[in-house]
Amino acid sequence: MYRNMVLSRRFEERIAKIYFEGKTPVFNMANGPIPGEMHLSDGQEPVAVGVCAHLTPEDIVTATHRPHHQAIAKGVDLDRMAAEIFGKATGLSGGRGGHMHIFDPEVNFACSGIIAQGMGPAVGAALSRKMQGKPGVAVAFVGEGAVNQGGWHEAMNLAAVWKLPFVCVIEDNGWGISVAKQTASAVASNADRAAAYGIPGKRVEGNDPYAIHEVAGEAIARARAGDGPTLIEVETYRLAGHFMGDAEGYRPKGEKEALFEKDPIPRMRARLIADGIASAAELDDIEAAAAARVETAITFARDSADPAPEDALTAVFA
Amino acid sequence: MTKPNERKLTIARAMAEAVAQEMRVDPSVFVMGEDIGTLGGVYGNTRGLLDEFGSERIRDTPISETAFIGAAVGAAQDGMRPVVELMFVDFFGVCFDAIYNLMAKNIYFSGGNLKVPMVLMTSTGGGYSDGGQHSQCVYGTFAHLPGMKVVAPSNAYDAKGLMTAAMRDDSPVVYMYHKGLQGMGWLGTEAGATVHVPEESYTVEIGKARVARAGKDVTIVSLGMGVHHALRAADKLEAQGVSAEVVDLVSLVPLDRDTIRASVARTGRLIVVDEDYMSYGVSGEIIASVTEHDISVLKAAPRRVAFPDVPIPFARVMEQYCLPDADKIVAAWAGMQAA
Repeated sequence: MYRNMVLSRRFEERIAKIYFEGKTPVFNMANGPIPGEMHLSDGQEPVAVGVCAHLTPEDIVTATHRPHHQAIAKGVDLDRMAAEIFGKATGLSGGRGGHMHIFDPEVNFACSGIIAQGMGPAVGAALSRKMQGKPGVAVAFVGEGAVNQGGWHEAMNLAAVWKLPFVCVIEDNGWGISVAKQTASAVASNADRAAAYGIPGKRVEGNDPYAIHEVAGEAIARARAGDGPTLIEVETYRLAGHFMGDAEGYRPKGEKEALFEKDPIPRMRARLIADGIASAAELDDIEAAAAARVETAITFARDSADPAPEDALTAVFA
Repeated sequence: MTKPNERKLTIARAMAEAVAQEMRVDPSVFVMGEDIGTLGGVYGNTRGLLDEFGSERIRDTPISETAFIGAAVGAAQDGMRPVVELMFVDFFGVCFDAIYNLMAKNIYFSGGNLKVPMVLMTSTGGGYSDGGQHSQCVYGTFAHLPGMKVVAPSNAYDAKGLMTAAMRDDSPVVYMYHKGLQGMGWLGTEAGATVHVPEESYTVEIGKARVARAGKDVTIVSLGMGVHHALRAADKLEAQGVSAEVVDLVSLVPLDRDTIRASVARTGRLIVVDEDYMSYGVSGEIIASVTEHDISVLKAAPRRVAFPDVPIPFARVMEQYCLPDADKIVAAWAGMQAA
């Protein structure tokens, strides 16, 4: 889990730095080697790794518009993901998808740019596995804002009424762009909404990969056993803005500083050392290896060719 | 006595037969939607399937179009071949995100690495005073957005073959059937839609238009119910000594522009009949397909007989005033001559 958290963080740090190349002094989203919007997941790594540690490539994950940590935890090819984010021909989708549309069928990973949109496909994949008698659990990651979407409710009901091998994981980072959760959701814990579907609902307080791992393990085991879906909400922290370039004027004073004090990566590092699971030197090695892996991916992406413009006209149909 | 190989079926029965035959040979095909099980579909096109295949594969859903159409996308990407029913096409408003942002785009977003082999079948059309949320065609809306194949049969032969082709296609196919052609007596069935249907499984090519009636003076292009209006109009025109050719589009995506252009090149005149709204729709697309290719084939300005740009009214006289029919097509011909 630590390895994946660090890999994700290093990747995001590099993306963040490269993203601003060519975009300043006057911020212009269209410029630079990585055009378009960019949603980083710094701080939210524990949710992805705590859940995906229980999954194999055969299991299905649908992720959000903030998908990198989830993709990395699910085992998406880092080189090809980086190339997709750069819009290169070697990208997972040859540059047709971009950062919000990472698709890697090899490890059953998909994401989308629209809130709650992954719910239906994940439920459908769970249905497919149940009907075919094939193993596999489908996990839909959503943000806390997605829970107020009609499609989210419909899909939860469908998963519950059909008792599908499905888990919904809500990453509650407290903010739907600039709108605070307490002004958008009528209940403090969206896990309480599980009662509406007659399924278990769990809330994990704090951005603790161990606690997430434990709760997710129970839910996924339950799904694998044919006992139906579970709803999990995890309190997590978005250390970055909603998107790159977000001035974050909506944040209360001091919130961000407090969040950085709770940064899950140094906390996990300290715990691994304190528990005697790994030495500082071993963790340094893991961090160095992660940084090197990220450099390889970034280099692959930078060195890859742009797609042929006319390839835009292909792959509309299967 | 009718011989077995000359039997006639309604579109509803032809659709059900296609689904049943494919389900027998392909375990990945299943049907999902509202009232498609015990009831056999509001328009009869899943009748009998529950008895043969059971409730796992003929799956009644909650009234949750966003969820079950989204779920069909996920199941299709995972190796199944779902056929889902959107009971009235008018309901697309509650689930269009699942349709055009997921179903239609995931093949492209994946760079062609994913297949989305699903069929979205949905009823279109009015004419029976069901008001403006249960009577629309919106063919143009679906055809406009890329990534979905769109078909609209006008008769039972095409209905069966298109359904089989749609289920075997690795891309999503929107199958738009017209309520007035289904063979449901209570909807005032168009007799011409009930035609000979072979018993064996066969396909009708998606993307191929059909000349439903040959002629030399004017080409009338239409789809679904409009084909029957066009054929009746052609009969009336024949009585006036005018020879009308009728082209049944069969598919909107891909659109067989070659067949349309070849017909207009023969006749020199074009009337497009569309039960969908006039502006920004199929009728404009057909005319553009001809004129941008070679405007010199036209001996007169093209004409459109389409639903005016108003929500569909309830009162019978108002709805009938707006709907295309044979007389309006004949009038369009007269207008073309007078111009």
